[in-house]
Amino acid sequence: MQFTRKDILDTASLSAEEIIMILDTAEGMKGISQRAVKKVPTLRGQTVVLFFYEPSTRTRTSFDIAAKRLSADSISISASASSLVKGESLIDTARNLEAMNADIIVMRHSSSGAPHLLASRLKASVINAGDGTHAHPSQALLDMMTVRQKKGSFEGLRIAIIGDISHSRVARSNIAGFGKMGAHVTVAGPPTMIPKGIESLGCRVSHHMDGAIEDADVIMMLRIQKERQKGFLFPTEREYASVYGLNRKRLKKAKKDALILHPGPINRGVEISPDVADSPRSLILDQVNNGVAVRMALLYLVTGGGQNADTD
Amino acid sequence: MRILIKDGRVIDPGRLDDTADILIEDGKIIEIRPDIPVTSASRLIAASGKIVSPGLIDMHVHFREPGEEYKETIESGCRAAAHGGFTAVCTMPNTQPVNDNRQVTEYILKTASRCNGSRVYPVAAISPGLKGEGLCEYAELKEAGAIALSDDGNPVRNSLLMRRALEYAGGVGLPLISHSEETDLSAGAMNEGETATRLGIPGIPNAAESIAVMREIALCELTGVPVHIAHVSTAQSVHAIRDAKKRGIPVTAETAPHYFTLTDKAVDEYNTHAKMNPPLRSEADRNAVREGLADGTIDAIATDHAPHSVLEKEVEFDRAANGVVGLETSLALSLALVREKVLSLSQMIEKMSVNPARILGLETGLKIGGSADITIIDPEHNWTVKAEEFQSRSRNTPFEGWEMKGKAVLTMVEGIIVCSIL
Repeated sequence: MQFTRKDILDTASLSAEEIIMILDTAEGMKGISQRAVKKVPTLRGQTVVLFFYEPSTRTRTSFDIAAKRLSADSISISASASSLVKGESLIDTARNLEAMNADIIVMRHSSSGAPHLLASRLKASVINAGDGTHAHPSQALLDMMTVRQKKGSFEGLRIAIIGDISHSRVARSNIAGFGKMGAHVTVAGPPTMIPKGIESLGCRVSHHMDGAIEDADVIMMLRIQKERQKGFLFPTEREYASVYGLNRKRLKKAKKDALILHPGPINRGVEISPDVADSPRSLILDQVNNGVAVRMALLYLVTGGGQNADTD
Repeated sequence: MRILIKDGRVIDPGRLDDTADILIEDGKIIEIRPDIPVTSASRLIAASGKIVSPGLIDMHVHFREPGEEYKETIESGCRAAAHGGFTAVCTMPNTQPVNDNRQVTEYILKTASRCNGSRVYPVAAISPGLKGEGLCEYAELKEAGAIALSDDGNPVRNSLLMRRALEYAGGVGLPLISHSEETDLSAGAMNEGETATRLGIPGIPNAAESIAVMREIALCELTGVPVHIAHVSTAQSVHAIRDAKKRGIPVTAETAPHYFTLTDKAVDEYNTHAKMNPPLRSEADRNAVREGLADGTIDAIATDHAPHSVLEKEVEFDRAANGVVGLETSLALSLALVREKVLSLSQMIEKMSVNPARILGLETGLKIGGSADITIIDPEHNWTVKAEEFQSRSRNTPFEGWEMKGKAVLTMVEGIIVCSIL
């Protein structure tokens, strides 16, 4: 199979075969990060622009490290430093980057669909590093990689995603990604945080945390953003923690081998208690580690690397 | 000069639907009957196989002059209207500056009088600056030529102000048009539902509209002054208006072609040309709007023609401006309702001419001695929507590339042919 996709915009548009190819490629990339010299010349001469129009530390650093391990030249642009603050349109800024022969634009943006807008107008590859509340494909892929490492496959797995589903691009990308691979996804949270019609993405909805986690193989906790109180989504962090937080007591109701994931950054004591976050069942740091490998795989594959996969 | 329109199917809803000739002199209709001799006129318009209708009226358009002439001028708007078959349009007051005073109303009318296109009837603001904080000088605005009042684009949030506006406007004799929206609920960018959830776009629920429609109905009942509901898009609004009419409350309503033609699925892949306010709704809403048109709950078809340039539309979806152009596609989309048996041809003409005129207190119909405002329609004319060929200065249509059937082939205002492809 060849990987012919120019852009990575969401998991919903990827086929099951493409997802497996990305995960397999990422497993191969992991070894590079464990070497004494953590660098290969694969993307030498390629220019990767990290175009982050919304603050991000983890994802940007992860993509930056991924690009450097493959010997690409990576440049970071943040919103405050870019001409977007001077009133230049998104398309004009991106055209300028392309005129400087950028090969890949990794983009984070607060507007859902912004990477689609760019991808349809640029010859350069666009990798979505999170757009609004729409998609975060590299996060979902690293989550899937982490789960596959522990469970072997996805078929029939039960995935519970708990928290603010309405505002979560991570949830949307995981529902689409895990669903495509044959897993069963249940989302849970207060009704204020479950968007209308989410079932159409291929998941079940529960408003009871215990019911959602009791038969789950994977429990994914989402970050609760304090500022959401302004939209009257929940009364207090205290009440949220007691009803939808994952703590030791509640975890007893889950299967013994249930995995715990969190896309980070975590609010200790809100959606996840400190002892659970630090327990051996928590794979939060495995996720971060796999993140670099998945992003190396994505950079490699969109530049056409996969076309020589059989002969490498 | 005398003009003879010959052998057309002449439709004046409720009064006439027959093959007949119309003779026009000095801007007025002087004779309507079969077999008027050709020799009685110096100009002959052969209308065999065509529909001869009273001039179409679009009671809800946005021309961007004064202030944003790069999107639309009064001149380009009048031309677009004439090409779409409209002999008159009502321009909403959200220009820059806002049409909330005599000077702006007079400027619009003076500019329009020099244009070779549709008539322009300015709608003035309910409140100064569309801010919802007080009443404009309705008596003076009426004297200057304003045809109606609306804060379109912004709802009047304060219910007391809306009550007083109705009472005061009722006294002055200006109809009031409500942009019905509960803004606390409408902080989104498209219809709330599956598509919005999938695209990660914050949704606008139906209740954001229907709550406000129900308030206007309550105030209409309280004051006894008629209120006209602009751009109805939801099933709940249709039900509320239907119930109110049954109870004898003097409420009227309009919808736009995009609401009876499209659903929120048109937004897929972040199509900013399918972004407007109120937003495109679900299939159930689209069907309810069509039923509302069929049973008379919705009185009028108006385009909410809202020109925007690429500066406002080729951007991130949540940052894109609301609105689509509609003047040059409205008639063809309405004729589709006739082919789909939602409306009879006569009902369609009612909703595009007779009813808007009645709501606004304008002259209408094809009457001896009446002004020769006439639209000739070829219902079989096949054409393809190409925005680059629009007379409008803007290209923001969700119907680009659509195969259409039916077109205005001649538009006449006061006996003057302002557009013809015959």
